[in-house]
Amino acid sequence: MLVAPLAAGREASLRALLATMNVTPGTADPHNPIVPFAAIERLHYARLVLLDDALQVDLDMLGVPRPRLPTVLSFMGDCDGPAHEVLAELVQRAGEGLRSIFAHCEGFVADTDLLAWMQAHDRPIAASYVNWVGRTVRQIKEESALQRVLSATISRVAVNSGAQARALHAELRSFVNTEARAGRLVLTPDAPTPFMWRVAKLAHLLLVPLVGLLFLPILIVLSPLLIYLLRTRETTDPEICPRPQAKALGELQVLEDIDVSNQYTAIGAVKPGLFRRWLVSVLLVLINYACRHVFTCGFLARVQTIHFARWVFIDDKTRVIFTSNYDGSHQGYMDDFINKVAWGLNLVFSNGVGWPRTRWLILGGARIEQDFKRYQRRHQVPTQVWYKAYPGLSLHDLTRNQRIREGLENTQMSDAQTLAWLRLL
Amino acid sequence: MSAGTVELDDIQGLLRFGYKHQTQASFLLLQIKDREAARAWLASVPVTSAVTAVPSPDTALQLALSREGLQALGVADDIVNAFSPEFVSGLGSDASQSRRLGDVGASAPERWQWGAGQKVPHVLVMLYAQPGRLAAFQQAIEAQCANGFDTLVSLATSEMDGIEPFGFVDGISQPKLDWERTRAVRDQEQLAYSNLSCLGEYLLGYPNEYGGYTDRPLLDPQRDPQALLPRAEDLPAQADLGRNGSYLVLRQLRQDVPGFWQFVNAQAGGDAAARERLAAAMVGRTRQGEPVVASTQDINAFDYQADPHGMRCPLGAHVRRANPRNADLPSGEPGLVSWLKRTLGLDAQAREQDRVASTRFHRMLRRGRAYGAPVSIDRALSGAASSFDTGLHFICLGANLARQFEFVQSAWLASTRFDGLRNESDPLLGTREPAVDGSPTNEFSLPQPEGPAQRLSGLPQFVTVLGGAYFFLPGIRALRYLASARSQGSP
Repeated sequence: MLVAPLAAGREASLRALLATMNVTPGTADPHNPIVPFAAIERLHYARLVLLDDALQVDLDMLGVPRPRLPTVLSFMGDCDGPAHEVLAELVQRAGEGLRSIFAHCEGFVADTDLLAWMQAHDRPIAASYVNWVGRTVRQIKEESALQRVLSATISRVAVNSGAQARALHAELRSFVNTEARAGRLVLTPDAPTPFMWRVAKLAHLLLVPLVGLLFLPILIVLSPLLIYLLRTRETTDPEICPRPQAKALGELQVLEDIDVSNQYTAIGAVKPGLFRRWLVSVLLVLINYACRHVFTCGFLARVQTIHFARWVFIDDKTRVIFTSNYDGSHQGYMDDFINKVAWGLNLVFSNGVGWPRTRWLILGGARIEQDFKRYQRRHQVPTQVWYKAYPGLSLHDLTRNQRIREGLENTQMSDAQTLAWLRLL
Repeated sequence: MSAGTVELDDIQGLLRFGYKHQTQASFLLLQIKDREAARAWLASVPVTSAVTAVPSPDTALQLALSREGLQALGVADDIVNAFSPEFVSGLGSDASQSRRLGDVGASAPERWQWGAGQKVPHVLVMLYAQPGRLAAFQQAIEAQCANGFDTLVSLATSEMDGIEPFGFVDGISQPKLDWERTRAVRDQEQLAYSNLSCLGEYLLGYPNEYGGYTDRPLLDPQRDPQALLPRAEDLPAQADLGRNGSYLVLRQLRQDVPGFWQFVNAQAGGDAAARERLAAAMVGRTRQGEPVVASTQDINAFDYQADPHGMRCPLGAHVRRANPRNADLPSGEPGLVSWLKRTLGLDAQAREQDRVASTRFHRMLRRGRAYGAPVSIDRALSGAASSFDTGLHFICLGANLARQFEFVQSAWLASTRFDGLRNESDPLLGTREPAVDGSPTNEFSLPQPEGPAQRLSGLPQFVTVLGGAYFFLPGIRALRYLASARSQGSP
């Protein structure tokens, strides 16, 4: 994720420029001449957001000094493979357009090396979630085409025996083979996971618990103190959940419910003091760990509708940006959060200034429905430009299409499995 | 006021009763033309309370106000703006909201007969009467309001014996309100679906299913020196303008009865039994009200747990979308380990049934009435659509417009991805407008145990929205307060 402060007096012109990239407010034209996102084949999602420091006003309520922060532009994307390769591709295919955008940022001049500048402004991701690790844009598009063809082709008659189900499966297989030979369907085989990527993942899998083990004795010794510090803060930290302005709410809603997926961008200040700073840092390491090793195939705890999500620290860890791409309506997304994973939300966000009161880090908080809903809307920021590579497809569609393809290629299915596969179509 | 009391004499009767003995009803949509005259009438209008009357009254009057109505009465801006954001912005005035609710195409507010632009009602007067009593009652009320109000529309209703115009028994699935306040006020996971619902889900000023109080206007007691208003249960120093009130959604839904039955008949190849079966599958109940998922003694006591794939009742059936009847957590083995696995999402089987959850936060108390002349199936099959003007004046009550009406309408009924479906929205209510990527929304799938789902395509639009508005149905003391000069003063 790239974060760069705007040059003084350039905000209005940047907003106007970003608006020209959209086909409807907030939704990017995939082929817009500034950044033709669709030309970057490995890009799932991308967004451009302006983040100001308006919410820092809450620090006044805490009685801590409020540093004035410049408005920043953030550019982020979710891609297959290493980010630096996709950045290089962006520079190659949209160099001129990106220059026209970043020319609004501080320190960007005509002879700036674009790639080097972008890399220099890249911020490390504190934690990131990917719904299905390894599912590429190409795979998604090919499997969607396969599903459409198969669903249109299949004869919808009752299947009376296992033999008949297998015959239907074989028939569809040969049909797909014919289509593939004619070039009407493409099913690229899975690329092997790069060796180094697997090594890195294994190292991460082992190292984090090892480091944890190292600190465990200290944590155990300190636990009464830590619990005391947590509980005193939890009972006294001010809750700041006023109702968002109607105008601000309208500016968010106009961007939503165009596609089956929506975007969410929010920003907030970390509660002042070392305790919260360290706590949120450690928790994000743990969440990142869980996302990398546990929640890798279709679900983040009970939530199955988040495509990508990430947490990024900015301004020397005094603020956190959270972004996600999710299926369904905003109201549905928030109700899912409250009803299914309020505990997980509380873990991280209760370290943010003003969060509804929690108990023992996971209870209360987001379960205080009305406070939480006002809080999250107030902290949400309109996403100026949002791109999705596969409009019209939800995560349920992606997973189903993946299973359709797997089943098609599997010639060893039992009768029951074959029948279940036919029902997917 | 101790926790546990319920002031039935301050609550409008509609929250407790459907007024089924009062088979005649008429809904007057009024606009205020003379503020003083309007306030004088509202200060004394006889509103029927929720106290049980024996025998059932000959007539009953219920009254609700829109945001425009509050403003026309001169209610102070800060009071108006303390109502929920959805009520303040209203229905049909915001394109984002219309998109979300599926009020697009033929149902778009620009085409409404009332409820948008200059035709937003200020006051809704609901008149209920025992057979033969309505005409005189309505005449008397209309005479009383003539000085203060213009009549925007007068919505007539018709007695169809509890059957909605398509021919199905209506109003079976209702929440049961916890009038005794027996449910504990706390935030607690519910592992079984229940019809029993906390009062605060429908009445402002009472704890809801989260154990919390829904936002509503709370006033400094200086603005209510005569203590016209109840004090807030959660904040006793404040006067509670919301207490004993509710939000009311009114939508006029025109139903194309010939279109519905002719489509179903064509799909069934003209076979009467197949036609009934298909219609029942689309609705999720037979015309007599039997749930298609299972035959039960009590036709409002069932759920879909035994039918996770929709083999018996299609996942997209109207009543399954409107009320999926699930608990907070998919069921599983007893014991802490299983609970933890399901809570963390690590149980694959539970995840399959977890796309829709926690129905208890998305219930509505429905109080709609049919209008127009009933159309028999035989006439529907032979008649042209334009020759019948019939439908439903849909009414629902709830304390949270966003989480109840708007959620059910958008995330469940209008959604093309409800419970993992594709290319379809509600078989009765859908607008059939293609999605933004061009994919159709006019299909309906019937999962089959033997092989691929049967898919109907080309469903026409059966229901068109002709008008709608959000109202506040105040407690009776709150109504008098709103009619008084006290509500006009700034803080």
